[in-house]
Amino acid sequence: MAWLEVLHGGLMTTVQDAGRPGFARMGFAPAGAMDTEMLAAANVLVGNPPGAAALEVTLDGPVFTVHGEAILALAAVDGEWFVSGPEQPLPLWETVLARDGSLIAVGAVRAGARAYLAVAGGVDVPPVMGSRSTHVRARIGGLDGRPLSAGDRVPIGPSPRPCEELLGRRVPPELRPARRAGPIRVMLGPQDDAFTPRGLRTFLHSAFRVTARGDRMGVRLMGPPIEARRGYDIVSDATAPGSIQVSGDGQPIVLLAERPTTGGYPKIATVIGADLDAMGQVRPGQHVRFLSVDEAAARRAREERRRRLAEIEWALARQRPERGGAFVVSTDAAVYYVHREAG
Amino acid sequence: MPGRRAGAAARGEEAAGFPRIRPAGDAAVTVEWGERIDPQTHAQVLRLWHALEEQPVPGMVEAVPTYRSVLVQWDPDRAERETVLAALDGAVSRARRRRLLEGRRVTIPVVYGDWYGPDLREVARHTGFSPGEVVRRHTEREYRVYMLGFMPGFAYLGGLDPALATPRRASPRLSVPAGSVAIGGEQTGIYALGGSPGGWQVIGRTWLELWDSAREPPALLQPGDRVRFEAVSEDQAPPEWVERARASGWEMESG
Repeated sequence: MAWLEVLHGGLMTTVQDAGRPGFARMGFAPAGAMDTEMLAAANVLVGNPPGAAALEVTLDGPVFTVHGEAILALAAVDGEWFVSGPEQPLPLWETVLARDGSLIAVGAVRAGARAYLAVAGGVDVPPVMGSRSTHVRARIGGLDGRPLSAGDRVPIGPSPRPCEELLGRRVPPELRPARRAGPIRVMLGPQDDAFTPRGLRTFLHSAFRVTARGDRMGVRLMGPPIEARRGYDIVSDATAPGSIQVSGDGQPIVLLAERPTTGGYPKIATVIGADLDAMGQVRPGQHVRFLSVDEAAARRAREERRRRLAEIEWALARQRPERGGAFVVSTDAAVYYVHREAG
Repeated sequence: MPGRRAGAAARGEEAAGFPRIRPAGDAAVTVEWGERIDPQTHAQVLRLWHALEEQPVPGMVEAVPTYRSVLVQWDPDRAERETVLAALDGAVSRARRRRLLEGRRVTIPVVYGDWYGPDLREVARHTGFSPGEVVRRHTEREYRVYMLGFMPGFAYLGGLDPALATPRRASPRLSVPAGSVAIGGEQTGIYALGGSPGGWQVIGRTWLELWDSAREPPALLQPGDRVRFEAVSEDQAPPEWVERARASGWEMESG
């Protein structure tokens, strides 16, 4: 059985899959990948089901040695990874065969905040409450409920497809999720009436800076204060994925994968499902704007997202495996990356 | 009688526009039954929640009951919004006709004060009672589990003696141990998982596991359950728990 020996955990690398919905009534948010579309695309590339467990890399990635043989792929808006020894860059969005003993370093995520390292067979940690996702705040799932650190052993499951079928697969550039800097689409409510008309205008017409106080729980934004009608306290009620709370200082907080499931601040709006992925990719210092849309627009966005994933699956299914391939070859001391061109 | 008062209160709420269905994004709505913390509003919440547990709306991922509302989440790949909202209307009507189910009764043993409840003295100072009187008043009442939230298994309990109300700590703790029983304002609650930050006044601790991921369901308490606290001495607690509890630290946030 193949596994990864972690030499350096990176800034915050966690095991994530599609999450564990269904426990919010017990105070437990689903966790799961912050960008589930990118996770799904990375998984499909290496032949896994879209919601299989992979490594979610935040801003700066891990370094590990491969034991046994593994087929890997890194999905990112822009980033870098290497075979170390004589450092050689590996391609993004392409399957790579790592032989026993290969040393791999995932470097900086240069655009967006998160990259997904998928491995054929998936990360095979035991599921907790039906999911392998790390819930960092609750310290459950993944590797003992915490980010990777040096000395960890990341087990890899048996690949659902033979190696030859997966080598040479590549997601064409035009199909890679881009995470362009457009406004984040929201639906107003459930407590938009807790704000003055001026407060609503401030929310919809201002740019908010992403502060450094962001994690898998949510993202704190900073901008002109959003005016409430009667203070910023409500009797606590439940939050949804993408709920935007406005706290006592008039600043918005967007709640994400590991959100508190209840809260006592009014929620001015909720990010639509299709834009949660983009919200999971914002970087500190970046500015975001919000656009209010209706249910029909949210549905169209969901359908577009589904179509993009279907196009990736279609493109990969049409690729002939013998076209080319990337190999990481290791000898006793040195490691080489070989790219075999098509034809 | 509670039943009649609940009916009257419900009619009052309806006159004020409740239940109110509001969007919570493109795959969830909240059904608000009121804006207050009170048993009547919560009874409506529980009725709708039970109606939905019994007969979920199409594509339902889950329903989350709180003090005053139910969040209904569905999978938009499995059901259209119109279908869900129509089914939810049906659930609201069914909920109105339901008899309220009695919650389970759960007794929770608590070691009060000392190392287990370092803020007991602060609550005593604030309320003007002796620590013993605080414990007596805290164990005297039956509480209702209003909701679980904030952190896994954290139980918000209703029914605190108003005379015990104590403001939150000025400086929250970085890490509150699992099983801590605390007072925050006019509420009392139990921290189910260790290691979470918290600003409530911790007055005691129980060894019961309120959250266990390997258990089905993982949370010991659920909304609607009735809770009583029973004061026990350290000698009556499991010795290995006492040993672990004594070894755990209390970290403060500076400032």
